[in-house]
Amino acid sequence: MLLIACPWCGEREELEFHYGGQAHVGYPANPEGLTDSEWAEYLFVRDNPKGLFAERWSHAAGCRRWFNLIRHTVTHQILAVQSNRPVAAGQPKPVIP
Amino acid sequence: MTAENLPTLHALRRSPIGHLTDVLAEHSAAGRRSVRLREVPFLAQLDLQLHQHGSAAFDRIASALGEPLPTTPNTAVEAGDLRVLWLGPQEWLLIGPDGSAPATADLLRAALGDEPGSLVDVSANRTTLELAGPAARQVLEKGCALDLHPRSFGPGRCAQTLLSKVGVILHQVDAEPTYRLLVRGSFAQYLADWLLDAMVLL
Amino acid sequence: MNRLSDGGRVDRSAPLRFTFDGVQYTGLRGDTLASALLANDVLHTAPSLYRGRPRGIATAGVEEPNALVQIEGPGAEPMRLATTVELYEGLSATSLRGRGRLDPALDEGVYDKMHVHTEVLIVGGGPAGLAAALAAARSGARVVLVDDQPELGGSLLAGREEIDGRPALDWVADVRAELTAQADTRILTRSTATGYYDHNYLLVAEDRTGRPGPVRQTLWHIRARRVVLATGSHERPMVFAGNDLPGVMSAAAVRAYLNRYAVLPGRRCVLLTTNDHAYAVALDLVSAGAQVAALVDTRPRPPAELVDSARRAGIEVIAGSAVVAARGGARVQAVRIAALDAADTISGPVREVACDLLAVSGGWSPAVQLWSQSQGSLRYDEALAAFVPDEAAQNVDSVGASRGVLDLAGCLDDGFAAGARAAALAGFPVAVPPTPPTSGDGRPARPRPVWVVPGESGEPSDWSEHFVDLQRDATVADVQRAIRAGMRSVEHIKRYTTIGTAHDQGKASGVSATGVIARLLGARSPGEVGTTTFRGPYVPLTFALLAGRERGALFDPVRTTAIHPWHVRHGAVFENVGQWKRPRYYPRPGESMEAAVLRECGAAREGVGVMDATTLGKIDVIGPDAGEFLNRVYTNAFAKLAVNSARYGVMCRADGMVFDDGVTLRLAQDHYVMTTTTGNAAGVLDWLEEWLQTEWPELRVRFTSVTEQWATVAVVGPRSREVLTALAPELDVSNDAFPFMTARQILLANGVSARICRISFSGELAFEINVASWYGLATWESVIRAGEHLGITPYGTETMHVLRAEKGYPIVGQDTDGTVTPHDLGMEWVVSRHKDFIGKRSFARADTARTDRRQLVGLLPVDPAVLLPEGAQLVADAEVAVPTKALGHVTSSYRSAALGRTFALALVAGGRERLGETVYAPLADGGMIAATITDTVLYDPKGTRRDG
Ligand SMILES: [Zn+2]
Repeated sequence: MLLIACPWCGEREELEFHYGGQAHVGYPANPEGLTDSEWAEYLFVRDNPKGLFAERWSHAAGCRRWFNLIRHTVTHQILAVQSNRPVAAGQPKPVIP
Repeated sequence: MTAENLPTLHALRRSPIGHLTDVLAEHSAAGRRSVRLREVPFLAQLDLQLHQHGSAAFDRIASALGEPLPTTPNTAVEAGDLRVLWLGPQEWLLIGPDGSAPATADLLRAALGDEPGSLVDVSANRTTLELAGPAARQVLEKGCALDLHPRSFGPGRCAQTLLSKVGVILHQVDAEPTYRLLVRGSFAQYLADWLLDAMVLL
Repeated sequence: MNRLSDGGRVDRSAPLRFTFDGVQYTGLRGDTLASALLANDVLHTAPSLYRGRPRGIATAGVEEPNALVQIEGPGAEPMRLATTVELYEGLSATSLRGRGRLDPALDEGVYDKMHVHTEVLIVGGGPAGLAAALAAARSGARVVLVDDQPELGGSLLAGREEIDGRPALDWVADVRAELTAQADTRILTRSTATGYYDHNYLLVAEDRTGRPGPVRQTLWHIRARRVVLATGSHERPMVFAGNDLPGVMSAAAVRAYLNRYAVLPGRRCVLLTTNDHAYAVALDLVSAGAQVAALVDTRPRPPAELVDSARRAGIEVIAGSAVVAARGGARVQAVRIAALDAADTISGPVREVACDLLAVSGGWSPAVQLWSQSQGSLRYDEALAAFVPDEAAQNVDSVGASRGVLDLAGCLDDGFAAGARAAALAGFPVAVPPTPPTSGDGRPARPRPVWVVPGESGEPSDWSEHFVDLQRDATVADVQRAIRAGMRSVEHIKRYTTIGTAHDQGKASGVSATGVIARLLGARSPGEVGTTTFRGPYVPLTFALLAGRERGALFDPVRTTAIHPWHVRHGAVFENVGQWKRPRYYPRPGESMEAAVLRECGAAREGVGVMDATTLGKIDVIGPDAGEFLNRVYTNAFAKLAVNSARYGVMCRADGMVFDDGVTLRLAQDHYVMTTTTGNAAGVLDWLEEWLQTEWPELRVRFTSVTEQWATVAVVGPRSREVLTALAPELDVSNDAFPFMTARQILLANGVSARICRISFSGELAFEINVASWYGLATWESVIRAGEHLGITPYGTETMHVLRAEKGYPIVGQDTDGTVTPHDLGMEWVVSRHKDFIGKRSFARADTARTDRRQLVGLLPVDPAVLLPEGAQLVADAEVAVPTKALGHVTSSYRSAALGRTFALALVAGGRERLGETVYAPLADGGMIAATITDTVLYDPKGTRRDG
């Protein structure tokens, strides 16, 4: 079981958290302006790297805050915990170290 | 609601585990393995949420309560007969004596002024179980994954976490230790049963 | 009797009677079942599983491949190892061939669980682990030391070493005393670390059988800043013809039986070794009075001082040789010895030596199982001929024999250094204690592993009595067959031969198997082959331990409403809705469910019914932007809803599929209260927080879950107004004064403050009364009293489902499954065209515009008495052979009192274009039900009843 450091509450067991999938997938600013395949990309297509992955979690059983962290998908090492703001469309995503 | 009909009204109230008062008392043990469990029903509880840190409302609330709202995560402060628990950034639970919710709510609303915020009376949402005694920590450790060692958790600390599979607000009141467990009414019977079962195993 | 007259860790003043395979014996406190059996000259275990060959006790620990037993009597347990079962008075066991038997009786034992946080966790209470614990504990850090044996000491319990000029076990006692005196140090004996998971999370199974208190076993959940693995090593068997004969035993086990249990397992012994270890064992055997017929060392030139010491004790040392075969019937009677050349082939005459015990040391395999579970890597060490820990993946160190350090002084050095380092890294710096002087084995000389001792004739494919895995009866011939079949990877060969898959998971034989594979593949070293993956648990665990106290009534949280005691008193039959207990129906004495539900439905349609609706999720949505927020999460609009008015809303995920629904009431300009489905309250709150925090943080709105703040009593039926009048005389309940989908805040006659809404999930005139939950029971009872003269009838979820289905109201999660849009439900009216909301873009996707999407329709079975099973698949053609592609499936199906017949709801491809068509439900029993597709609203389609 992972030990996840909530940016507010500190280290808690994985059981207290709700997984939110890949981070930095912002809701498109103008969904109506997207083609079906662009919209489908937003809905369904996510990265699945072997290695470092920026992902979202919510401290559901605690302070209910959403936040991002970078986890190694093989070792489960957690390298960094980040703020929860999405990246606006067109802006570069944060670089994974 | 007027003062005259309060006794009549109170006679109509049922706390979620009011029927267990005697059972809880019977299971409380003395001695080195001492642990006591009781319900503290009907405490006034208000959930307060603000929108930004260091707002004018925050300062006005501090003046009104005589104590600033705690901003250190997982800590509680006492303000008169109120206990104020940090629940999240910009969210607090104010706990007061039975019946004090309307007055406290008026105080907070006045302090909030026209700033956006949320104040909800949640007095009936949760009941309070008090677990106390030298073996209380050991009882909790049968189902709570928090580090409750005095170096990590002590009087004045609080946390929203899981006990067994039940969400609780855990608040350590003193060093004996005495813990208060705020649990949603629907889970209270299960949690009391779980605690009683754990206490038997000491 | 094989019991020695003195020595050992057994208590000769505490005899214990026990039964094995129906025969009574006596052992001593401190024995294992295996040592007690050997003391009684019982060597044999059950014969082997597949080939029925005689087998005997082969080890003295968790790596035992043969000695499976069934513990009989109350709390019977299958598949325990005689070598790890502590003897107790009255123990009854039978030998087990393969699978055991679960006791069908309820296990009355208590299985507990504990969470522990520690700075330093040390696994293993041998010399290295004790040294680590001592060093770490002196720092003031929290230390947990776990060991699987009843007493600390590890390998020292079986040896004769000295530390600091005294018997090593005196030093162990001193360490234990110092550790016990530390407030924050915890010693868990009889406790096996079975799993090493992410972020230094370990599970430790503690056996408390025979200890004070009702708890039989405790599962410790330990989260450690640093872990020190001092798990020791397992002695490897060797692979030669007849190596499975009873009387072939690990040399370490022979030494443990001699020195720890004071049992002499044989009278005339031969030792076979690849390394130094057997020499000490040989000397111990001689001093215990046994005859040592020969010591066979694979090395051509063993260390001279060892050879001299053996010869001085009268032992013949045969160097550069191996036992090429063990001979015997039920037990080893002789061994055949021959010289091996550098290529491991027989290079001289074979000589036979009589014996009744063959002690084998094939070298040491560090117990790297937990290290591997922690994702640490391994490397093959040629000098040690062993796989040892390489790179750590977590905050862990491996010390002592578990990383290949085999001498006592080295283990102490290693432990002291690692304990101090662990404490320091956890924030508690401390000096490394000095290592006391030791006696005993020095640093061992290089071993000469012989992975396959050749047979006296034939090829590897003929060597079907060279056993690699005794429990699986797998031999060199089997490995050769796997290789001939094309397997090269150790993982494939493991699965083909089943080597390493038995209860022992190849603890002792795993590396031997790798060596055999390497040899047969012609690899240069076992390092090229590698090991199989080590997975938890390290030793078998009982399911009861994993379940802990969360079984029976405590299995899962049970949620009840404030009104629950009334439901119980009035004979409700409950159903589980998520974790909630909800009344399903209230049968009268002798009444069937079907009759009760028809009666309850009739009351709600013709008179007045009452239902506990408390379990719906409730969330206060507060702030100046609350309306705007709701506009974005619901498909329909809420921003302009009037204060004290309510509206039904549907929430979709971004893919446009229905996620939740419910009625939201506006209490003030900036205050709404949302209801959610019973099972989805927490999920909806998560959903709202997600969008607010991660997409729209600029919106000034906050959420508070108030599900348990309120008790909700639904009063339903044409006569509900009369009940409300009695309950709240000050409330004008006329339709004009209190219209549908509005709310009023009022004091009830009993003084309780209530929020009353006109909401209907049945199509009938209905009111929902919300009071603070601590008044819930009293309010329910007032409603019952107020409606008594009207025959007010409590009803449960089954009736609620029938009533809503008659009106065509879907239940999210029953009539939907995450693939259904509001349009599929026929609810275009709930989808706004004017505003954006979560999921809106998806309704313009080609997939959601398909005309053959499954749509919600009503079904009327052609035979009005026949009930369609929920979940039944539907086809268009009665003659079609199944399996075939289904048109859809039945989502809800009931008997209707109002319709006087059965009916159902179903999702059917292009269903709304098929009204009037007949579809067929082929049943598992070969039957077929025909039904006509209809509109979903089967009762009061004009909606005339909701205003009374
Ligand atoms: Zn948190």
